[in-house]
Amino acid sequence: MSNTKYILGSFADPDELMSGIDKLQANNISIYDCFTPMPIHGIEAKLGVKPSRLPIAAFCFGALGTILGFSLLYYTMAHDWPINIGGKPSLALPNFVPVTFEITILLCALGMVATFFFRNHLFPGRAPRVMDIRATDDRFILAVDARENTNHELVESLLKEAGAVEVKYNERKYISYE
Amino acid sequence: MSSHNESILREPLITGKDITYAKITDDILVPVENKPNKAWWIGFTIASLGALLWVVSVGYTFWTGIGAWGLNKTIGWAWDITDFVWWVGIGHAGTLISAVLLLFRQNWRNSINRSAEAMTIFAVICAATYVVAHMGRPWLAYWIFPLPNQFGSLWVNFNSPLVWDAFAISTYFTVSLVFWYCGLLPDIATVRDRATGLRQKIYGVLSFGWNGSVKSWQRFEIVSLILAGISTPLVLSVHTIVSMDFATSVIPGWHTTIFPPYFVAGAIFSGFAMVQTLLLILRKVMNFENYITMFHIESMNIIIMVTGSIVGVAYLTELFIAWYSGSEYEMYAFANRIAGPYWWAYWAMMTCNVISPQLFWFKKIRTSIPISWVLSIVVNIGMWFERFVIIATSLHRDYLPSSWAMFYPTWVDVGIFVGSIGLFFTLFLLFLRFLPAIAIAEVKMLLKSSSLQHKTKLVQEGAFPEEQVQYFADSLGKYDSVIEEDIKALKIK
Repeated sequence: MSNTKYILGSFADPDELMSGIDKLQANNISIYDCFTPMPIHGIEAKLGVKPSRLPIAAFCFGALGTILGFSLLYYTMAHDWPINIGGKPSLALPNFVPVTFEITILLCALGMVATFFFRNHLFPGRAPRVMDIRATDDRFILAVDARENTNHELVESLLKEAGAVEVKYNERKYISYE
Repeated sequence: MSSHNESILREPLITGKDITYAKITDDILVPVENKPNKAWWIGFTIASLGALLWVVSVGYTFWTGIGAWGLNKTIGWAWDITDFVWWVGIGHAGTLISAVLLLFRQNWRNSINRSAEAMTIFAVICAATYVVAHMGRPWLAYWIFPLPNQFGSLWVNFNSPLVWDAFAISTYFTVSLVFWYCGLLPDIATVRDRATGLRQKIYGVLSFGWNGSVKSWQRFEIVSLILAGISTPLVLSVHTIVSMDFATSVIPGWHTTIFPPYFVAGAIFSGFAMVQTLLLILRKVMNFENYITMFHIESMNIIIMVTGSIVGVAYLTELFIAWYSGSEYEMYAFANRIAGPYWWAYWAMMTCNVISPQLFWFKKIRTSIPISWVLSIVVNIGMWFERFVIIATSLHRDYLPSSWAMFYPTWVDVGIFVGSIGLFFTLFLLFLRFLPAIAIAEVKMLLKSSSLQHKTKLVQEGAFPEEQVQYFADSLGKYDSVIEEDIKALKIK
């Protein structure tokens, strides 16, 4: 038992997973993470996961896009080489709206997604940190750090009580894809 | 909120018995995890022959110049821009389904968004090729972007809608691709974890190491929501800008302020029609009847009807304003459309786009699969004619009667058009073969709220009043995937 790194409760139903979280928390057992095949609303509040700050990043990238887009238009059309088009003003603000808007959207989307990938360590070829192979299919996995929570029998009985179909004692953190 | 209880009055989004999370994965991954069947190969062969025709026609155009097309000194834009606008319009449904319907919390989008988004990307690829091809010197296509150059630097003219268009289309393509791929990550991870050997390696690379942890999903949902939020104005801006390619000119029939909303409505109209055309086949061939249900089909038909009516109103407004403006040229442009040499194109457009979608007022028609399919194709034909009417009939009789002309397509025009349809289907069939055609994770979210099986369970537990259950049972009548037994099950206590 001493080699066990993580205890995984494998649930077949998201609501049972949620009640598993409640049960463990009521017994002061800390939860390492959950791995689910679909988003479960309300789980982050339960686990005390802070709200994501991605919207702030998105806004900043969008604002940067607006500034860069407008600067580009101002520089090219009004500063670097203003062209006399039928005597109309070079700084034709209404005409600058579409391109500024597109660049705003483009930078907002790319910047936000890049931040998301960076923060979650998602990139092509990254070795998946998956604890249970069925977590992307039909099992809702609740992981408990076995070294922090030493009363393994209690963890197992609570998980079973909540409706876990299977309780696993894993000696390595992530499954091997080799 | 996986167990969030939905009103029984809402029709189910997943039908069938004994649907489990595992079954959803199994059902959706059938085409990805098995060798393609004969139907796929036949489709793929025909489509790739089409794509080959496209390569030949576009190659020939690049080699000889756009003189290979039927253009003349009067008609400088014809099939190229017609096809371009047609494809961009078709592309709009994907973003509309994935973004606008997400913002409005329309859960029925969950099972159709993936394929519609894929369609968007492929349609924009088809559209972009016309933009490049019609430039005449495609190797100089990058001149549309403001790159420092040795002419001064002489910059592009940002007052021109054609430059806006380049920015709009490329932004639209990029954002749609990012949106689509982010949504694919969890599903690719699902494929990865069920595969072995080389397949596992490839899907492993493509999955970016997705693991479905709480934080991943939290950020995933935020990203989806914000991408939806910014894609909504983006999708409206794209076709608005496409319409400004015309509306900012001084050609009678183009120079109207109604163009942006009219084009956007038309784009959604044709996009949904194309989604309908493809999904009706897809659900049958891939046995997705339980996930793409009659409710989805009916909802899309209603959207086609609404947008078709908006388009119809726009046509009539255009006619009225042409007369009301008192402008001789404007009036002539429309009289010429109605009764000039291109009358048949105008009336084809009117019949296909204004009259045919009105048939969807009848429930029998909008819940009939064969009729919906035929009408969806009729709409796409109509929308092609709409663009042809707008472009060719406005140009072919310009201010000087001595330069009046007609447009006759050459084999290259036809080849590029037919070929681009082949290219589109080639890409779409490859997508169906290698990637999950339905967003697995998103459909799983519906299982414990909107599925027939869950609702039946609640009804049997007596959670709803009798008359509501009766209403629900009646609404199931139109479903082709619901059998007599399923309805009887609602009566069991």
